Amino acid sequence: MRKILLLLTVIIVGLIFISRLFYLQVYNKETYSLYDDTAIRKEFDYPKRGYVYDRNGKLLVANQPSYDVMIIPREVEPLDTLEFCKLLKITKEDFIKKYNRAKNYSPRLPSPFVPQLSKKDYAVLQEKMRKFDGFYIQKRSLRDYQTSIGANVLGDLGEVNRRIIEKQPYYVLGDLIGKQGIELSYEDVLRGKKGIKFIQKDRFNKNIGPYKNGTYDTLPQPGKDIKITIDSELQKYGELLMTNKRGGIVAIDPSNGEILALVTGPSYNPNLLVGRERNKNFSRLYLDTISRPTWDRGLQAQYPPGSPFKVINALIALQEGVMEPSEKVTCRGGYYYGSRKLTGCHHHKSPVDMNAGIAQSCNAYFVTAYRKTIDKYQDAGEGMNIWADHAKSFGLGDFLGYDLPVGQKGRIPDGNYYDRAYGDNRWGSTYIVSNAIGQGEVEATPIQLANMVAAIGNRGYYYTPHIIKEIEGDTIPNKFTTKRQTTIDKRHFEPVVQGMFDVYNKGTAASLRIPGIEICGKTGTAENFIKIDSVKTQLTDHSIFVAFAPKDNPKIAIAVFVENGYWGSRFAGRMASLMIEKYINKDITRTDLENWILTHSLENEYAKPYSGEPFKINGESTLQIVDKVQEPKDDNLDNSININVNKPKL
Amino acid sequence: MHNREHHRGYSFDWITIVLFLLLVGFGWLNIMSASHEGEIGSYFDMSQLYGKHAVFMGLTFVLIILILSVEAKFYERFASVIYVVAMLALVGLFIFGKDVNGARSWYGIGSMTIQPSEFAKFATALAVAKYMSDLQTDMNTIKDQLKAVGIIILPAILILLQNDAGSTIVYASFFFVFYREGLQQIYLAIAISAIVLAVLALKFGILITALVAALIILGIYFFRRKKRASIIQYVVILLVCASFSAGVRMFYDHVLKPHQQNRISLWLRLEKDPVKLERMKKEEAYNLIQSEQAISSGGLTGKGFLQGTRTTGKFVPEQHTDYIFSTVGEEWGFLGSTFVVILFMALIIRVLFLAEDQKSQFSRVYGYGVASILFIHFTINTGMVMGLIPTVGIPLPFFSYGGSGLWGFTILLFIFVKLDSNKINEW
Repeated sequence: MRKILLLLTVIIVGLIFISRLFYLQVYNKETYSLYDDTAIRKEFDYPKRGYVYDRNGKLLVANQPSYDVMIIPREVEPLDTLEFCKLLKITKEDFIKKYNRAKNYSPRLPSPFVPQLSKKDYAVLQEKMRKFDGFYIQKRSLRDYQTSIGANVLGDLGEVNRRIIEKQPYYVLGDLIGKQGIELSYEDVLRGKKGIKFIQKDRFNKNIGPYKNGTYDTLPQPGKDIKITIDSELQKYGELLMTNKRGGIVAIDPSNGEILALVTGPSYNPNLLVGRERNKNFSRLYLDTISRPTWDRGLQAQYPPGSPFKVINALIALQEGVMEPSEKVTCRGGYYYGSRKLTGCHHHKSPVDMNAGIAQSCNAYFVTAYRKTIDKYQDAGEGMNIWADHAKSFGLGDFLGYDLPVGQKGRIPDGNYYDRAYGDNRWGSTYIVSNAIGQGEVEATPIQLANMVAAIGNRGYYYTPHIIKEIEGDTIPNKFTTKRQTTIDKRHFEPVVQGMFDVYNKGTAASLRIPGIEICGKTGTAENFIKIDSVKTQLTDHSIFVAFAPKDNPKIAIAVFVENGYWGSRFAGRMASLMIEKYINKDITRTDLENWILTHSLENEYAKPYSGEPFKINGESTLQIVDKVQEPKDDNLDNSININVNKPKL
Repeated sequence: MHNREHHRGYSFDWITIVLFLLLVGFGWLNIMSASHEGEIGSYFDMSQLYGKHAVFMGLTFVLIILILSVEAKFYERFASVIYVVAMLALVGLFIFGKDVNGARSWYGIGSMTIQPSEFAKFATALAVAKYMSDLQTDMNTIKDQLKAVGIIILPAILILLQNDAGSTIVYASFFFVFYREGLQQIYLAIAISAIVLAVLALKFGILITALVAALIILGIYFFRRKKRASIIQYVVILLVCASFSAGVRMFYDHVLKPHQQNRISLWLRLEKDPVKLERMKKEEAYNLIQSEQAISSGGLTGKGFLQGTRTTGKFVPEQHTDYIFSTVGEEWGFLGSTFVVILFMALIIRVLFLAEDQKSQFSRVYGYGVASILFIHFTINTGMVMGLIPTVGIPLPFFSYGGSGLWGFTILLFIFVKLDSNKINEW
């Protein structure tokens, strides 16, 4: 024992030490990365963000330099705060607040102190910057919008938040990232890759030279330019038409699924969301819960589609073989089940065949067709499922898969849906006739409707709508170039298309013909309700219109939807017609039609529910007439708020 | 080692010498990493610390030759004289010494400084060996035990008075020597009990410590029923334990300086208040945290020689002296640092084996002293750098930067190499 005590102790201590080293260096070791090494300072060099062009090569979004004052709190030395605050145009309280916030985030990591200085402030500050230890200027590039339109499409950039940084370590505090629109969808393409310099620090945080002579440093890779499918002229015109209204316009090129215009009203100038005012302006826009300018009605507004949906029922009835185009249905001012009137109808010639049924939008005709489809099968649930599969093959009832970050699924109810609502098999086709005329449980977004008419115009197929046209040095995802077939045979489309053509020729949109262009369309009117003081109250109907043109080999398919615009051809139909003319002829010949749209406002209609007073709707209310809306000038890009933001007058 | 050639020149223990050379050489590489400023030009660039250390190493070899060429009997004969000279050198510090970092442990000669406490270690080891090998010394008597303790207490107190608490602890290592040479078993039991009691008293308070002690003593009392001693004896032991714990507590609260309290508090995790703990960590544990991070960042194979980012950035203060092992950890990884640990273990164990093999008691006791001193330095320094032991400022033998340290340890080791080579002439 005497001889081995020390020997034993030596061996035990040695083993403890080796275990400790194993624990520290092997077991407990975080994977080493230069990025996490606190002994190495990282300096970033931000690349140019990709430019955005419209389909005709017009530059929409470029860049402007921006300068952030960054802070590394633990490197800050006592300074002349008064002078510094004056240079930065902040108060001393701001300074203390910002300093503490940065310190709370991390004393050793850089965080933005005053972001996005103006060029003038930067010039003044740059000279004096070396007096202020712990602060430095980080150059970045901000967006510079060459246009005042398309805010919903173009989107905007904002600072990354901590949640993003945790998920994607590429970003560091102060970096900009796409927040909406294509900036978000194509963030990876547009942003490029920032360059990085690794600099060896000593423990006093002084730089002592490049780490390993700059072996690991990288140069910034510029972002790729992209071309989007938007026709900026058409987009601008759509936004002009939408002024003083709320709603959406979606125009698609049926031959390839490219989105030609995506208008939402009200909108705002994208330049509002650039620079130091971004957060303030974004809050103002976002918190406007009445007119909701940041809500893209073209993609997110989900309503019963109304009559345009009738053509789908016609197509399904033909495909299922339960109707012939020539088969006539008698309309006695509605659809009767026994002596019970299930749905009404407006006054028109009777009986109607398919062509007249579509042209006159006869409710009785479509309820008949729809019920025959469902009742072809023994079980209403099975019939409903088959019906729903047909409808869904037009891209309804689910996300379309386009490349913009927001959307709604819409709804196409199937058998299970009603089994849940009424109980298994405790319902039949008469319960759900509203679906026949696009009311009831069916819901769709404007882009789904536009895609639906594109599929009809193509006689049975569509391409997934998309906003990307070209990516510099790359191809667009092939899901956008893959044809999607509907479940309806091509031969069934002709009578339906003819019916939609006759909507213009002699039907509900006869007044909206464009000389020289054969348009096929369908009007729609959707009842809608809101709750005012928990009382369900009906508002003026939504005005809906879908169309494609020309009739053969269509170049444009369009869906227009105007909130509380009353009947289909009143607002939506007129706007669709003007949009088609603008796109195909480039010029507007029917200036009276254009004038009517630009001088009629729905603002007082929107104010009604908030007025607190009783109000009249639909035919009993009068339209508000305003001065003709002027086209915004593209060179008028000042950042003051109030451009295109329509607030209800309360 | 039994069949070593009888010719004197070949009788040195080459294993010890090779281990020594490996440690010194590898130490120098790490000093270069930890201390270089800018590019490394000449290895003997005197403006750089590693250049100076290279010179110290050169002088070390001269020293080794001198030590080995002196007659082995000289060390035994002059042990007392050497001890007295060393003690005088320590006393002289109070008059001629130079303050560095609050410790008055250096003589300044021109731009050079010499730290006599580094040389007092081998002198004390010689004196202890001399005293214990004396035929009249009987380690079973209290009187001789006290005399032996006196030999080591004297330098310990002198060094403590110079504010170098770390080096004082080194003299505790002679306990191993005394124990080997016949100190009663009871002392080992007392030593272990004292350590356990001290830790318990600090961690859980006097009351709980006394309670635990009472339970154990009660257990022993019943267990040893057959030769049951008087109950009073056990009560006395219990009282001694309780007052010892109270003493430790008092010592901690009133005698230790705040920074020493903090180091122990951090080690035993005594502080519960997170705010105070945070402040304590900032004040006291900065070196420790930096050093642990540096070691940990090395991983399995390390970042490579001269490639450690924390070493290059000089994140670990005093890295070329007391914290040199963190450089090994960062640049050479788990493999390199384990290699160093094994080198030290091998050297200490080698010296131990040689000591047991000595024919003369003087050589054996001295060899034991060498092994013990190396062991305590290695344990405390390495344990501290990897965060197992509270911060105590003592160098890593053969590794840390500094002439006095290197020479002190070299003399310590090579006197034993000389004694060992002479063992064939002993009878």
